[in-house]
Amino acid sequence: MASEKHFDEVTGTHTTGHVWDGDLRELNKPLPKWWLYVLYVCILWSIAYWILYPAWPSLTDYSKGYLGYSQRAEVANDIAVAKAAQEKYRQGIANTALADIPKNPELMQFALAGGAALFGDNCSGCHGRGAQGSVGYPNLNDDDWMWGGALDNIHKTISFGIRNGNEQAHSTAMPRFGLDGALEPAVINDVASYVRSTGGLEADKDAATRGAAVFAEQCSVCHGEDGKGNQELGAPNLADSIWLYGNSQKDVVTSITTGRGGIMPAWDGRLDPVSVKMLTVYVHSLGGGK
Amino acid sequence: MNHAIFEKNSLILLIGILIVVSIGGIVEIAPLFLLQSTIEKVQGMRPYSPLELAGRDIYLREGCYNCHSQMIRSLRDEVERYGHYSLAAESMYDHPFQWGSKRTGPDLARVGGKYSDSWHVDHMNNPRAVVPASIMPGYPYLGQRPLDYANVADRMSALRLVGVPYSDEMIANAKADVEAQIAPDSKGAKDVLARYPKAQVRKFDGDTRPDAVPTELDAVIAYLQMLGTLVDFSKYDASGPNLR
Repeated sequence: MASEKHFDEVTGTHTTGHVWDGDLRELNKPLPKWWLYVLYVCILWSIAYWILYPAWPSLTDYSKGYLGYSQRAEVANDIAVAKAAQEKYRQGIANTALADIPKNPELMQFALAGGAALFGDNCSGCHGRGAQGSVGYPNLNDDDWMWGGALDNIHKTISFGIRNGNEQAHSTAMPRFGLDGALEPAVINDVASYVRSTGGLEADKDAATRGAAVFAEQCSVCHGEDGKGNQELGAPNLADSIWLYGNSQKDVVTSITTGRGGIMPAWDGRLDPVSVKMLTVYVHSLGGGK
Repeated sequence: MNHAIFEKNSLILLIGILIVVSIGGIVEIAPLFLLQSTIEKVQGMRPYSPLELAGRDIYLREGCYNCHSQMIRSLRDEVERYGHYSLAAESMYDHPFQWGSKRTGPDLARVGGKYSDSWHVDHMNNPRAVVPASIMPGYPYLGQRPLDYANVADRMSALRLVGVPYSDEMIANAKADVEAQIAPDSKGAKDVLARYPKAQVRKFDGDTRPDAVPTELDAVIAYLQMLGTLVDFSKYDASGPNLR
């Protein structure tokens, strides 16, 4: 590889001076100036970055940077700024009794907007985006409440949930009449017919008559003699046309056989107390609040 | 030109490349094993119970990580939606970790306790049954397939080789613990809790017949229900020594 500068006539460019195999030369085409300057600026930028931000590791620590930047501090600050902007309302909600929040239009507006966002993040998975529920997950827009639809009831249900092991959760559960062998399948079928008839559905009359006697003995303690339920025990109203687990004979037989026993998580601890209050007001406002 | 020696001798070039690359590696990788802030220990972390581990393996088998991340970033919107941002220590027993890089579905780092078991059963069978707009595929066969946990102790031994602190006792009782974690009234249930604090002991898939066997659905739900529940963040101080 000889080193001799050479001018290439065809392209009008000097070569690098490298020659291979006697006549192979390489055109000298340096990087464009603009490209080089961008590179230099990038190098300067990185030096500035090293000085301003955390960059260089040592053995057990690292350079903290002139600005002292920290992702954790930044997110804590972002949350604090947002909290501060909402502080007036959050403080107001914290200090106002549940029943008085709807009387304060400003607080109410904040609680409803915040409640809707919280509902979307936390509740809509089960109760649906529009709180319409689905099989096994109650519709919250109607006025049929299993555990009570007053603000205090809703607040308790959201805070501690249902049958989730939390000490303050609603914990009463329907027996598993079929699985535990308390009632024979034929008897369960009769009771299901009776229960469906109380809800206004067509059912085998003879079976319903036989089922009525069993109902009075086994079910009326919680669901009431008229089947209208008991919110203290979370026993649903069976005499209306709302059927959480479906209204076919098969669905109702399954309900009596297994006791169902839906579970709702506790939100106390997962959400802060003000958020739980906002959710309570929101759910109460959906249409069925007592 | 001094670099002619590298250009003319491939072995010297190779050694040169190795030296340059290892400088980069040492500067970028080695400190991660030494920096106090990257090896932060937090209270409450423990290895997965055998049932949770089996569920995690199904999570991997089904490719859940393709759509679900397990990494809450330190951004306000994520913290407000999902809860406290994830800590490195929370995936210290994950091999491989499940941080993911794409969210077609929501992040699952703190999904534990957010839904009831029966919701998970309904959702796995047919996601549209509970979330009408969901595009997640259904996994109805999980509830019908008995869990294969014959080799769960071997899987735990393998994890121990890469640093997960499973004790001999944990490995010896692995199969029994799988069965005990779905039988809350059994004698072994207490042992599961003693070995794996905060483990949830119940029949997860809703099949409460006395002779019910552990299903793949039990394992997956046991895993999902414990995600993000081990660290008590009311006792965690993100500032001070942990600040970064």
